Amino acid sequence: MALVLNEEQRLLQDTAKDFLASNAPVAALRKLRDESDAIGYAPDLWQKMAEMGWASIILPEAYGGLEFGFLGLGVVLEESGRTLAASPLFASAVVGASTILLGGSEEQKQRLLPAIASGELTVALALEESHHHQPTHISTTAKMQGDTVVLNGSKCFVLDGHSADQLIVVARSSGAARDSDGLTLVLVDRATDGVKCQRTIMMDSRNAANITFENVVVAADNIIGRVGQGWEILEPVLDRARVAIAAEMMGVALEAFERTTAYLKEREQFGALIGSFQALQHRQAHMQSEIELSRSVLLQALSTVDDAPQELPLLASLAKAKLNELAKLITNEAVQMHGGIGVTDELDIGFFLKRARVAMQIYGDTGFHKDRYATLCGY
Amino acid sequence: MEDLEQFRLEARTWLEANCPESQRQPMKREDQYWGGRRGTFPSEDAKVWFERMRDKGWTTPEWPTQYGGGGLTPQQGRILKEEMKRINARTPVFGIGIWMLGPAVLEYGNEAQKQQHIRAIVNGETRWAQGYSEPGAGSDLASVQCKAEDKGDHYLVNGSKIWTTAADKCDWIFCLVRTDPNVKKQEGISFLLIDMDDPGVSTSPIPLISGESEFCQTFFDNVKVPKENLIGELNKGWSVAKALLVHERKLMSEMGSESPRPILVPNAAAREYLEFENGKIADAKLRSDLADYDMRMQAIALTHFRTFEEKAAGIRSAAAMVMKYVGTEAEKTKSELLLAIMGSRGLGWEGDGFTPQEIDTARLWAMSKAMTIAGGSSEVQLNLVAKNVLELPQS
Repeated sequence: MALVLNEEQRLLQDTAKDFLASNAPVAALRKLRDESDAIGYAPDLWQKMAEMGWASIILPEAYGGLEFGFLGLGVVLEESGRTLAASPLFASAVVGASTILLGGSEEQKQRLLPAIASGELTVALALEESHHHQPTHISTTAKMQGDTVVLNGSKCFVLDGHSADQLIVVARSSGAARDSDGLTLVLVDRATDGVKCQRTIMMDSRNAANITFENVVVAADNIIGRVGQGWEILEPVLDRARVAIAAEMMGVALEAFERTTAYLKEREQFGALIGSFQALQHRQAHMQSEIELSRSVLLQALSTVDDAPQELPLLASLAKAKLNELAKLITNEAVQMHGGIGVTDELDIGFFLKRARVAMQIYGDTGFHKDRYATLCGY
Repeated sequence: MEDLEQFRLEARTWLEANCPESQRQPMKREDQYWGGRRGTFPSEDAKVWFERMRDKGWTTPEWPTQYGGGGLTPQQGRILKEEMKRINARTPVFGIGIWMLGPAVLEYGNEAQKQQHIRAIVNGETRWAQGYSEPGAGSDLASVQCKAEDKGDHYLVNGSKIWTTAADKCDWIFCLVRTDPNVKKQEGISFLLIDMDDPGVSTSPIPLISGESEFCQTFFDNVKVPKENLIGELNKGWSVAKALLVHERKLMSEMGSESPRPILVPNAAAREYLEFENGKIADAKLRSDLADYDMRMQAIALTHFRTFEEKAAGIRSAAAMVMKYVGTEAEKTKSELLLAIMGSRGLGWEGDGFTPQEIDTARLWAMSKAMTIAGGSSEVQLNLVAKNVLELPQS
């Protein structure tokens, strides 16, 4: 377990920072939004990211991966959070790739992982069915029919769902809604008959979709893992996803915080730099202490993925809950401390505020994770 | 790494062989040994344990061997701590001589001062008090007025110090004194050691809201202090004081985790005092508050660990700068949570109507209010973070 980055990870961080500053600054997201871009991210940017190995950071070398582990992934995600870079990095290279890595057959891994690693294939997880994260609350059905499986149901908040080539659908093959038993993961080509996709426009100008499945028939060898045993795969995948999004949120929060600190040093009111006012100093210093606590939690959670997976559920919920709270606090205060200009679209701060709110809902809000943490602690 | 494992083995073997069984039991306050001329051992075993540790240099494991210390590296020191914890070995001697003054004398003292004071601390011969705050100088510590006038062969000290912990039981006191009233306030302060047996020194205990009176006010009335008792340069005492405050804050931020007696923690209190339904605390608000607290404490513990790793890696740590603030605020949160969990059973102050642990908890709650004030209040800590970490403009 390491709570300090090693040299390789620091180097990766520097590279990511430089690359994103010149290739995917906040202005790039603003442009995608203003032009109502059909895909919602720049495919050539994603191709460059893949060439740098970012799509394969966590994958073993055997499948074309860099095998840098989650600490390595964490620094790249954090830097991409700082510039709000839109790309399939999280949805495809973390969530999608992890599902196949943890649950797929050797044939599926050989076929899919190198393609994800090179950036030519993107995958999205179709999980949520309500407006709150309830990962076992699944009504979408998967019926076995000979050597095919038939899907019916609807999904929402599918990250990158409108642009992904393949969808990993969490469906129920047996049991009642809310049972963790009876879930089955099915890989579906988005172009399959009966798949209907509605892109949703959210406040953060990033990408998600509502997707319906109407008598969608796919071959049974597209099932990932065993029929009815999908939860065994899904739970660790979600925990990895929670830690990963927490890393992005650290970047979002840090950037908003640092921009605000800089503003406190240049903005004058009442004949003084506003950063000299104790009313603001104490709030900013308090946030610094919250950042320090969240930083330790995040580093521990990232290294837990690689070194101590049995402890991951507790650490993942701790990290997601903490980063949710941090991102909310900091982005709100960032707007407030910028004053009037903070609520204008011209200033980038609003983009951080909005991204934070979306990220807070991804795979569990604060209440979800606090409840889970309490349950894991036995109360 | 191999050497460290070797050291761990040696320490473990030595502790097993030398720590008396009775010194591996949880400690009550009356079991603590604080040394000094008036210090008494709570038991014969405590004396044996102290003397063995002293002879090994392990009452002050990381101090240089030429003054009686253990000469261990920080890594070895940490291993020793872990090994002591493993068998629940008691701390053989307590005192701010060990925690605070010693490190300052080692850094700023001259050879004669080290020979005199460091050895006496290692041997448990002197118990030290801290004379920083004054009735008119609390959070604004640099405005100390207690003055030391140059009288040729000695300083003449007049004034008083407040919050001097257990001063009525101490032998020596280290003080910030005003030696130049005509310069910017931080610049005219010196760091002086005063023998409390000297004529003109007197103490008076201060009763607190917790019912304790471990703090005193200490008065100096024409006290003659030899010039060799000045630590560091004349009028440069502020830098010594600042170095020392770092030790104090680190100590305070760790206090909760190293309490000398078994105290109730919120998680255990919840099981004793709250109703559960289907394995969950029935009161949703308290359940949520407990989860908040436990998450925060886990984050703080991880951050402590991170500051240690950062120190070892030579990284300037912003985390270390916030620990006093977050640690003491968390102690207050904990005490409030305990009271909420215990309901009216958390209100006991004395007598047989409550268990001793319940009364302890209530008194610790009152004591916790001091933690965010002593050693630089939370507000002062935030000022320091704003200035030194964020480098915000100063008014």
